[in-house]
Amino acid sequence: MWQEFKQSIVVSIWFVFLTFPLMVVRVNTMEDLVEWRWMNIAWVAIASFLLSYLWRYMLARKQVRKKVEEEGGDTRSKLQIMLENESLRFKAMGVLLVAALVYPQIFDTYQTTIMISALIYVVLGLGLNINVGLAGMLDLGYVAFFGIGAYTFGILNHHFDVGFWMMLPVGGMVGCLFGVILGFPILRLRGDYLAIVTLGFGMILKVVLENWGSLTFGPSGIANIDKPGLFGLDLSLANHTIYIYYIMIALVVFTIIVTNRLKNSRVGRAWMALREDEVACIAMGIDMARTKLSAYALGAFWAGMIGVVFASKTTFINPASFTFMESAIILSIVVLGGMGSILGVILGAFILILLPEYMRAFSEYRMLIFGASMTLMMIFRPQGLISGLRQTYLYKGAKEEIDNG
Amino acid sequence: MDYFLELFFGGLTRGSIYALIALGYTMVYGIIQLINFAHGEIYMIGAFVALIVAGVCTIYGLSGVAILILAGAVAIVYAAAYGYTLEKIAYRPLRGSPRLSPLISAIGMSIFLQNYVLLVQTADYLPFPRLIPDFAFMEPVAHIIGSPELVILVTTVVTMILLTLLIKKTRVGKGMRATQQDMNMARLVGVNVDRVISMTFIIGSALAAIAGVLVASYIGQVNFYIGFLAGVKAFTAAVLGGIGSIPGAVLGGLVLGWAESFSAGYISSDYEDVFTFGLLVLILILRPSGILGKVTKQKV
Repeated sequence: MWQEFKQSIVVSIWFVFLTFPLMVVRVNTMEDLVEWRWMNIAWVAIASFLLSYLWRYMLARKQVRKKVEEEGGDTRSKLQIMLENESLRFKAMGVLLVAALVYPQIFDTYQTTIMISALIYVVLGLGLNINVGLAGMLDLGYVAFFGIGAYTFGILNHHFDVGFWMMLPVGGMVGCLFGVILGFPILRLRGDYLAIVTLGFGMILKVVLENWGSLTFGPSGIANIDKPGLFGLDLSLANHTIYIYYIMIALVVFTIIVTNRLKNSRVGRAWMALREDEVACIAMGIDMARTKLSAYALGAFWAGMIGVVFASKTTFINPASFTFMESAIILSIVVLGGMGSILGVILGAFILILLPEYMRAFSEYRMLIFGASMTLMMIFRPQGLISGLRQTYLYKGAKEEIDNG
Repeated sequence: MDYFLELFFGGLTRGSIYALIALGYTMVYGIIQLINFAHGEIYMIGAFVALIVAGVCTIYGLSGVAILILAGAVAIVYAAAYGYTLEKIAYRPLRGSPRLSPLISAIGMSIFLQNYVLLVQTADYLPFPRLIPDFAFMEPVAHIIGSPELVILVTTVVTMILLTLLIKKTRVGKGMRATQQDMNMARLVGVNVDRVISMTFIIGSALAAIAGVLVASYIGQVNFYIGFLAGVKAFTAAVLGGIGSIPGAVLGGLVLGWAESFSAGYISSDYEDVFTFGLLVLILILRPSGILGKVTKQKV
C-alpha cells in the first residue's frame, strides 16, 4: 500500500518535471513576454498520480488474463459471447439496418451529413482492415488511394462532365490499379519497412497534388464537382444529402458482405495465414506475391471508390483532405475497433468520428486521444474492442471418441 | 562553381542534421528492431524546450552564446527524459508482442506528442532567436558557407567523435554492442538489457535534441509539426546507410542531404520531398539492407 503510494508520488513528480517547460511556460519571442501557467502543474500532478494507479491496476489485470488464457480458460467478455451467438447476431443486424434506413427521416440534414462522414470512415476502415487486419500489412499511406479516387472523379468531372454513377466503379478500379502498381515493388518488404514506404507514397501523392497545377489545380483544389444524379431529377440540398446517405448505406452493406465473404474465402484464409507466419505460409505453397498484392489492391479498391463518394458529397476537394493525419485516423479506427474484426471496425469508426462531433469540448483533444488510444490499445487490448471471430471447426465425431476413451 | 559549393555545403549541413537524428533511429532499431516513429517528435520537443529556455533567458537579459549553451543543455536533458519515458510507457510493455504492435504504439505516441505540444503551446510558427553569432573570420567565404553552417558542422563532428568513443570504450557502449548482437546472450553474461535499452533511448534522444536546437537556430522558427517530416527523412537516411549501422546512419544522412540540396538547386525545389521519398522507395526495393548494412538471411 505504502509502496504503491510512494511509487505514484515518484511518477507524479517525474511528470511534473517532464511537462514543466511545455505546459507552464509560454514565451512570446516577438514581444518578449513570458506567460506562466502554474495551475497546469497541479493538474499534471493529480492526473499522473491517479493514472499511475490505474496503469498498475490495468497491467495487473492483463497479467491475470494472460494466466487464465494459458491455463485454457475463457477470457471472452460477455459482449463477445453474445456476438458469437448466430441467431442473436442476425436479429441485431436486422434492427440496425431498419434503424439505419429510417435515420434520415427522423433526424435533420445536419445529423445526416455527420452520419455520412461516419459511414465514409466505416468503409475506409473496412478497406484498410483488409490490409492491416487480415493480411497484416501496415499501410500508413492508405489515404493516397482515397485521394486518387477523389481526384479521378474530380478531374474527369471537371473536364469531361463524367457523372457519379459512371465513376463509382471506375474510381475503385483506378484505386485498385494504383494499388497494384505501387504494391508490386514493395511486396518483398518486411512489415515495418512496408509501413514506411506506404507512408512515403502518401507524402508523394500530396506533393504531386499540390504542385502539378495543370492537372490538379494545385492547393486551391477542384470545386463544383457534381453531386450524384438520380435519373435527371432536380433534388434539393436536403434531399440530396438523404440520397447520398442511402448510397452510403448501400455501399456499407455491400462492403460488409464482400469483406465478410472474402474473409472466409480461400484468399482470405491465405491472407490470415500470411499474417501469422510468412515463412510457414510460403512453405505450404501459398503464392506470397499474389496473395499480398490482392490484399493491397482490394484495400485500395475500396478507398478509391469511397473517394468518389467523398468528392461528390463535399463537391470540393483539395490536397489538404488527404494528409497523413487522415491515414492515421483510419488506422486508429481499425486498431481501436479490432484488427480483422468487421463489427469492431464499424464500431471503431462510429466512436472515433461521431464522439468528437457531438462532444464539441472534446473535439480539440481529438487527435491527442486518438494517439493515446492507439498506444493504450496495443498495450492493454491488442485485439481491439471486438476481436475478430475465428472460424473454428469441430470434428463431429470428437465427442463420441472422448466418451469412448 | 560558387553555386555548386554553396549547394555542397548546404547539403552537408542538412545531411549532418539528418545524420544526428538518424543515429537515434538506427541505434534503437539495432537493439530492439523497432522503428521509433516518435523520434521526430523528440527532436521537435528538444527544439521547443530550447526555444522556451532561450525566450525566458532573453527576457532576463543573458547574452547570445550563454543562452545557446544553456538552452542546448536544457533541451538535451528534456529530450532525454522524454525519450526515456516514451520507452518505458509505450514500448517496454510491448516487448515480445507481435512486430506490428510496438510500431502502431510508436505511431500513436508520435500523434500524441505532436498534439500535446500543439495544445499546450501553439499551432503557429514561433520565431526562434538567432543564437549563433556571425564570426568575423567567416567573412570571405560567407556567400558559400555561413557561420551557422560552420557551427552545425563542427558540433556534429564533435558529437560523432564523442558518440564513437562512448560506444567503443565505455561499459555502456559495450553493453549496447553486446545487446545488439544477441539480446539473450547479453542477458546471460550479465548485461542489464533493460538498462541498455533505456540508455539507447536516452542517447538517441539527446542527439535528436542537439539536432533540434541547431536546426531551430539555423532556420529560425519552430512549430509542433517540424518533427514529423524531419523524422521521416532521418529514417530514410538511416535506411539508406543501412539500418542498425552507426557509420551507415552518418553516411546515409550526408548522401540524403546532398541529394536534396542538389536536386532542389538544379532541378526543382517543389518536388524536393518527392526525391527523398522516391530515394527511400528505391533503396528499400533495390537494396533493403542499405549501403553499409549487412544482408541478413531470415532463419526459421
